[in-house]
Amino acid sequence: MPRRTTIHAWLMLTPALVLLFGFTHYPAVATLWHSLFTTPRGGRPARFVGIENYAYLFEDPVFIQALWNNAIYAFATIPLSIAIALAMALWVNGRIAGRTALRMAYFTPTVLPMIAVANLWLFFYTPDYGLLDQATALLFGWGPTNWIGSRETALGAMIAVAVWKEAGFFMIFYLAALQAIPPSLYEAAAIEGASRARVFWRVTLPLLGPTTLFILVNAVINAFRLVDHIIVMTRGGPDNATALLLTYIYELGFRFWDTASASALTMILLALLAATAAFQFLVLERRTHYR
Amino acid sequence: MTLTRRTALAAAAATFASPAVLRAQAVRELTFYYPIAIGGPVPRIIDGYCEAFQRQTGITVKPVYSGFYGETLTKAVTAIRGGAGPHFSVLLAAELHSLRDMDILVPIEEIDASAETKAWLSGFFPAFMANSLADGKTWSVPFQRSTSIYFYNKAMFREAGLDPEAPPRTWAELVEAGRRLTRREGTNTRWGVQLATNHGTAQWTFGALCNQVDHRLMNEAGTEVYFNHPRAIEAATFWRDLAFAHQITPQGVTEWATLAPNFLQGTAAMIWSTTGNLTNIRANAGFEFGVAGLPGKQAPRTVVGGGNLYLFKHANPAEREASLRFARFLTSPELAADWCIRTGYLAVRPDAWETDALKRYTAEFPAALVAKEQLPVATGELSTYENQRVYKALNDNLQALLTGAKSPQQAMADAQAEADRVLRPFRRG
Amino acid sequence: MRATAIASAGTPQLAAPRLDVWRWIETAAAWLFGLVWIAPLLYAVWAAIHPTGYATSFALFAPLTLENFVTAWNAAPFARYFLNTFVLVTMILAAQFVLCTLAAFVFARAGFRGANVLFALVLVQLMITPDVLLVENYRSMSTLGLVDTIVAIGLPYMASAFGIFLLRQTFKQVPLELEEAARVEGCGTMAILLRVYVPLARPTYLAYGLVSVSFHWNNFLWPLVITNSVETRPLTVGLAVFATLDQGIDWAIISAATLMTSAPLLVGFLLFQRQFVQSFMRAGIK
Repeated sequence: MPRRTTIHAWLMLTPALVLLFGFTHYPAVATLWHSLFTTPRGGRPARFVGIENYAYLFEDPVFIQALWNNAIYAFATIPLSIAIALAMALWVNGRIAGRTALRMAYFTPTVLPMIAVANLWLFFYTPDYGLLDQATALLFGWGPTNWIGSRETALGAMIAVAVWKEAGFFMIFYLAALQAIPPSLYEAAAIEGASRARVFWRVTLPLLGPTTLFILVNAVINAFRLVDHIIVMTRGGPDNATALLLTYIYELGFRFWDTASASALTMILLALLAATAAFQFLVLERRTHYR
Repeated sequence: MTLTRRTALAAAAATFASPAVLRAQAVRELTFYYPIAIGGPVPRIIDGYCEAFQRQTGITVKPVYSGFYGETLTKAVTAIRGGAGPHFSVLLAAELHSLRDMDILVPIEEIDASAETKAWLSGFFPAFMANSLADGKTWSVPFQRSTSIYFYNKAMFREAGLDPEAPPRTWAELVEAGRRLTRREGTNTRWGVQLATNHGTAQWTFGALCNQVDHRLMNEAGTEVYFNHPRAIEAATFWRDLAFAHQITPQGVTEWATLAPNFLQGTAAMIWSTTGNLTNIRANAGFEFGVAGLPGKQAPRTVVGGGNLYLFKHANPAEREASLRFARFLTSPELAADWCIRTGYLAVRPDAWETDALKRYTAEFPAALVAKEQLPVATGELSTYENQRVYKALNDNLQALLTGAKSPQQAMADAQAEADRVLRPFRRG
Repeated sequence: MRATAIASAGTPQLAAPRLDVWRWIETAAAWLFGLVWIAPLLYAVWAAIHPTGYATSFALFAPLTLENFVTAWNAAPFARYFLNTFVLVTMILAAQFVLCTLAAFVFARAGFRGANVLFALVLVQLMITPDVLLVENYRSMSTLGLVDTIVAIGLPYMASAFGIFLLRQTFKQVPLELEEAARVEGCGTMAILLRVYVPLARPTYLAYGLVSVSFHWNNFLWPLVITNSVETRPLTVGLAVFATLDQGIDWAIISAATLMTSAPLLVGFLLFQRQFVQSFMRAGIK
């Protein structure tokens, strides 16, 4: 009987596992394998070169820049989107005027395709007659700014779009968590006469711990994955100021057909993801109290 | 009921599972990639040509519109490497060396070596054929070709006290006119001149600027580039000065796609653009505009650009022949003339300019002749092995130059170093 | 007074009158954010329903038109793109529901040796998403002869670690007594799964389904790489091709196209937003 159950279990698992291994684990290993060979071209077949592709990458200034950019992108989008999401959730969970409308406003970026909104943001950022320039001219009397065309502002502009896109999605998770907090806890706090800030820090925030961890995992992945708008809006420019690891993988792999370098770069990205995953599950998980 | 369901399933399976390019034994259908956005009127024109070809030959030609040149190249090569892909494609003429290196092209002579075809090939403008010939063979057919020209707003010229019939012909005149045309009214700026600096276009603009100081950026074989040559640095310095010293063009990156809207909006008095924009601007400009050949340091110089038809090796002999037939159809004098009138791209063969239709058109709209008149002073677009990587090396540094991050010397030296690294394997002997 | 505030919202609304100013500031901030967050959509609507000339200047009484939608719709095979995206999203969702349900059930209930290791291997996909493995997955698809098919767009996402994880959590909360009762009545494993577990997990399916649909409706990079033709391109790729313009951007038409492509999801969200949030709560995604 238990034997039959085990067979059943395997039968039920197999379809999912085949696909998972086929499109996640196998390609990860194959990437490692291919990263040790040269790119086959025309008449020249691939040849084993060991870690040469990696050495070549670290000599590549574009890669170094993409690495830095991605670090900035991650350290900006992760805390910003989480903090804004939390604020939004608190607002629309409270008694604020027009909260249904606000909740909808916050959430709309989630359902809009990034590609579509990238075009709209492109217009916002257009110098002179773009909406942002019209607004800054009206409010502060600023002259035209080439938001996505200059090195100083381009990455920031991309970060703003990413935060805008993500915050509303994360807000929903916080909102669900907030609504699950038993009102009795707040009543108790009210009886003790605790201030709003104190209630937030002592009651609300700790209870949101697991949610924050979940959102953090998503935010980290997105920091490496959410690049659609960059591909459409700047293609990594100006002068690689908005190049991220994934955009550079796309460029190396599908614009230059340098699959060897693309594989090596993918391995580096996988290593980064694995490291952050390990950190989150080993360090943060322990500090967050699950039920 | 069962039957319908089965048919539906089969149809669904066909939709989901069969590669989009079906290769039949007899040539019934050809697929080609075409580098243009689906907006605009151009796809309609191409669709019309394909329908006409179908009526004439019974062969259906299916154009796949796949973005701009860069995207189309990516798609075509990726698809061919993936074992599918189009039978032929319009790609940047300058990709000649890269595509040959990938070993995916078939030369025209290999499809049809007849004297008649040779005669047909010799009927194109030599300036355009330069991007098609290598190793004594013809690797592509000129089609969607252009030269870089500039559009200027005549009303603004008058308002600035400039002669609208005598647009700038030299760098000094350009700077002078630009200064007078640039306006800063409160927070709104009207730029004297705008040049595209985005990836995919910056190298084209720069090729024109270098030609304007009589400098060519690469050798004929496409194995060497000359970015850190003093004259290339001179061209780079001039470009940088337009933005930083004279301040008649914006600093930072200017997208190609925003040039025409800026011109039509009136936020740019002059734009360096393509002849391919002529019909668009003519249709949408609410003011009187002029067209002129790009200036030069001493006298006008420009660069040719645009796309050629490349025929791919993986097609079977019948398909190759059919593709060539379509190429000949597209470049016949009548169609080339029609194409020129309806888009502004240049008719690629002198005999097309002799057709009544085109003669009538140029008589009524002389601006259409400007691009053709530029051909004698035009150079070829930057074209090397690993073309896209060399473009990136150059364009990254041009962007650094125009955002003020690098000096002209530094930018050109860095571009040279990177291009040398990329081209090293191709420099044998 | 204080008690009603607590009861109505269940949040730290312990405001004393002296905090009214603070409340005002907060409301203003909330609305400012709301405005910024909705601005692109508002702009798209503005640009789409006015002639091109008004796309950049905001005159209150500009003439209205639907011309831009007509132009955009006719300029590209959007009907085909809609069909492709619809087929894609439906296919992925159906496959995810089936595959993830089966796998989650095993991980939740069957305690065979190595199950934990396997589950850990499944969770790897949470971090290493298929988007990152473009190059190798393209190679695989090309070997399988699936390049430029709708199946190929969906295949890497069908066994979703996120789905397996969520459903496993939900299934674990199902009381064992229910399962035993069903077994006593003579139900087999499959019947138990379908009659006991799946109905109880309905909120999870709804929440996960919504996330999945909006993710795949909007996914771009992988479809961009793997598709070549109009017959397979989903809306996002079609829109990107549509918007890379040789002859310059026409904001009005782009806006119209943007609204068209986003409309189904947007309308769906407007209609079901209450259920959406509630299903998230019930699903325990928090």
